[in-house]
Amino acid sequence: MRAGDLAPRRTGSYLGNVGGGGRARPGTEEAPMDRLDRKSQRLVALCLLGFLLFNYPILALFNRAGLVFGIPVLYAYIFAAWAALVALMAIVVGRSGG
Amino acid sequence: MLQGWVVVLISFAYLGLLFAIAYYADQRADRGRSVIASPYIYSLSLAVYATAWTFYGSVGRAAADGVGFLPIYLGPTLMIALWWIVMRKILRISKLNRITSLADFVASRYGKSALLGGVVTVIAVIGIVPYISLQLKAVSNSFTIVLQYPEIIMPAKVGAVPVLADTAFWVALILALFTILFGTRHLYSAEHHEGMVAAIAFESLVKLLAFLAVGVFVTFGIYNGFGDVFARAASEPKLAAMLTPLEGVAGSYASWVWLTILSMLAIMFLPRQFQVTVIENVDEKHLNKAIWLFPLYMLAINVFVLPIAFGGRLHFPDGSVDADTFVLTLPMVEKQELLALLVFIGGLSAATGMVIVETIALSTMVCNDLLMPVLLRLRRLRLSERPDLTGLLLGIRRGAIVAILLLGYLYFRLAGEAYALVSIGLISFAAVAQFAPAVLGGIFWKGATRRGALWGLIGGFGVWFYTLLLPALARSDWVPRSLLEQGPFGVELLKPLALFGLAGLDQITHAMLWSMIANVGAYVSVSLLGTQTAEEHRQASVFVDIFRREAGGARFWRGTASVPDLYNLLVRFLGVEGAEAVFGEYARARGRRWPDEALEADAEFVHFVETRLAGAIGAASARIMVASAVKEEALELDEVREILDEASQVVVYSHRLEQKSRELEAATAELRAANERLKELDRLKDDFMSTVTHELRTPLTSIRAFSEILLANPDVELEQRGKFLAIITKETERLTRLINQVLDLAKIESGRAEWHVTRVDMRELVTETLAGMSQVFKEKGIEVETELPDHVPPVQADLDRVIQVLLNLLSNAVKFCAPERGRIEVSVSENPGSVRVDVRDNGPGISPEFQEAIFDKFRQAGDTLTEKPAGTGLGLHISRQIVEHFGGRMWVESRLGEGACFSFTLPVGPVRAETRADARVS
Repeated sequence: MRAGDLAPRRTGSYLGNVGGGGRARPGTEEAPMDRLDRKSQRLVALCLLGFLLFNYPILALFNRAGLVFGIPVLYAYIFAAWAALVALMAIVVGRSGG
Repeated sequence: MLQGWVVVLISFAYLGLLFAIAYYADQRADRGRSVIASPYIYSLSLAVYATAWTFYGSVGRAAADGVGFLPIYLGPTLMIALWWIVMRKILRISKLNRITSLADFVASRYGKSALLGGVVTVIAVIGIVPYISLQLKAVSNSFTIVLQYPEIIMPAKVGAVPVLADTAFWVALILALFTILFGTRHLYSAEHHEGMVAAIAFESLVKLLAFLAVGVFVTFGIYNGFGDVFARAASEPKLAAMLTPLEGVAGSYASWVWLTILSMLAIMFLPRQFQVTVIENVDEKHLNKAIWLFPLYMLAINVFVLPIAFGGRLHFPDGSVDADTFVLTLPMVEKQELLALLVFIGGLSAATGMVIVETIALSTMVCNDLLMPVLLRLRRLRLSERPDLTGLLLGIRRGAIVAILLLGYLYFRLAGEAYALVSIGLISFAAVAQFAPAVLGGIFWKGATRRGALWGLIGGFGVWFYTLLLPALARSDWVPRSLLEQGPFGVELLKPLALFGLAGLDQITHAMLWSMIANVGAYVSVSLLGTQTAEEHRQASVFVDIFRREAGGARFWRGTASVPDLYNLLVRFLGVEGAEAVFGEYARARGRRWPDEALEADAEFVHFVETRLAGAIGAASARIMVASAVKEEALELDEVREILDEASQVVVYSHRLEQKSRELEAATAELRAANERLKELDRLKDDFMSTVTHELRTPLTSIRAFSEILLANPDVELEQRGKFLAIITKETERLTRLINQVLDLAKIESGRAEWHVTRVDMRELVTETLAGMSQVFKEKGIEVETELPDHVPPVQADLDRVIQVLLNLLSNAVKFCAPERGRIEVSVSENPGSVRVDVRDNGPGISPEFQEAIFDKFRQAGDTLTEKPAGTGLGLHISRQIVEHFGGRMWVESRLGEGACFSFTLPVGPVRAETRADARVS
């Protein structure tokens, strides 16, 4: 008898969950931003980083007299930043796989 | 050793080697073992970006202003990071639509417009001509210089030599011939030029090795490493200023930014880059490796530019030697014959690579997007009735290659002298940058119209022509110089180098600024003001939504066609073999066999044929041809919209449907779980009922049996009768107890039990309860030991209920105590926050598997079937319910043969709100 009392209440609460589950689900749906996968997002970020590194004002910071290992500061900076950027791109692409 | 014939011989040997590589690659491709299906070959082929400009010109630029050459290589490095988004989309579109060139791409996007394709072609050809002239200049100069070995003599002024005695002229012709042999052997241009790509990749290796060789030689052979070169340069007053060169010498930061942007666009929209990146791509995944390999290549080929430039300036301080030739003249002045020859070959490979791919790409454009649409429309030629057009197509392409190279030579004669290599190249970069709005806008913005693209291109190109090309011609005195100085007709505001008075910028920045304003402005405004035709609307949707729906062109076609018509159409452009192949492929895809089974000329088939035809002659021409071969009904814009809307609605609906069905599945699963639970509860209820009735029947049976005996035998002895009646009474009591407990349980579980919560002193309670039971203990001879602290905090509970619990535990202990020398220990102790009561007996103990089960309803330790039950089986269950109701805990610790210890705790102090509420309600 007690079980009989309990059962409808339980079922009711399950139905309640069903509704909640339905509302929660759109999160798994493909939102516009998700279409740009992680790899693309990282590569865009690298592009922006490169634009920052190779432009005013960062570039101006290194545009001065002086030598690093016998190489003028500006030249050393540009080539080092360039190499680092290429390495980062290789890592991003390599990590995301084919 | 560097006599003229040796150099010529080696040059031809090198070209021969290239041809052999191309031939080998083509042979392999025919056998289905492609050599270019590799991301490494793909990346190397992209390095066709590095031309004679890079090979000779970078050093020239660096010698003038230090790092000024670098934006040209930094831009592509940045751009290629975006390729995973942009280029992948272009690749997908081009593959599905069989795009043959950049012009074809633009034309196809904007409603297969022949006019637009033509405009793009004209801009590309005119824009690229200076670039080709640059290559001719570099090759002929390096050839002339290397011939003078060991003297270092700069080539004479171009105008001074008659055309037939001009090396550049012969270079142009030889390259034209070579390109024709190379690139126009097959007609089908959407297919890959495997041989060409293999040769280009090889050339990229050669020029890289040659440049690295001369770089290492200058840096470590002539000087003692990088530090030495820069140290010596720093000691020269003229060069010291170049060591921090971004202010003044290299122009402003603005021009640095514009050069970066310019090269970002050039890497995508130079016709040869589009050719190797898009048309020749065999697998989208190759982009993965190219994204970092190609920038790495550019980094490598630029490492030694500055040391060579400074080395050249230090070696030829008087400026008698053109800085563009330092790469070649430094080994020559150091008497390194072989190295000089290697450099010459490297420069040749850089130039030929560019010329081959560029002219092939341009000739395809000229043929497919400029001449064919015109020729097909000219009814007088009756071209559309000719049975075989393959010869004509190849002829046009070959003619276009020769014409383009001769145009390059012409530009070289007209304007090549006034500029350095890099400046010539930048003019071309600025021209192809005009394609950016139409292409990039075209793949992301559905609203862009054909007219918008057309006016954008024309406007941008017009400004380019006026601000870059015209001044270049004026500097060589082919156009009056007064145009530059006073402006046209003396109007100062229109001076080509300071348009509308915008002065103080370098030429490229100035031109890019104005041309982009004109281009983007016209593109956007005309698009926004105008409307699209049906064809445009449809193509816009196909291009922009390429990842969302695959090849849906067939839906847009309506009309009637016959298979023989389509077949003949293909034969005319592809030849019998080509047509057979296309039909066979289509039949296979649909599970039929051509020509055994008839094919149906439905919309899908017509679309397939048109796409294949577009692969040979471009989208615009293919559209014209298919329209002439079949009867079709034009679709109105509204209809196209409807189809698109329908399609997108279907997508949306199916999406929603999917979601609904997912939800439904989840709901079903939960319902199923609920149902399972209900069934379980139902089963438990049945079990409960049958157990209760079973328990009730046992005492009832014995009561009935003894009553019947007494009824049937009135003469039973008094003593016997008394015994029977005692049993009946005892069984009745048991029955009552059982019924009480069942009722009690039902009340507790349903929450209808009455609770009278008071402060309960457990010490007192235990003492009283034990006293009440002392008679029982005495009867059974059980020794009871208590362990009570002096004081325990009171708990909030129902006194009677707790007594019920304790009684239950005690009577259990009595029941299971060892007979004769039974012993029970009761202890009360205080835990943090609760009071604990332990009841320990010395009975047989409970095996671990039953320790939880005994708290269930009607469960007892041991086998109930064989052993006589020693209780109702409800006591412990009820006790636990009571303890838990007050927020406590009840458990048992026991080992077989060592007695059992039942314990429970009750929380101290104020009871939980829930319980109190419960109490108040009741």
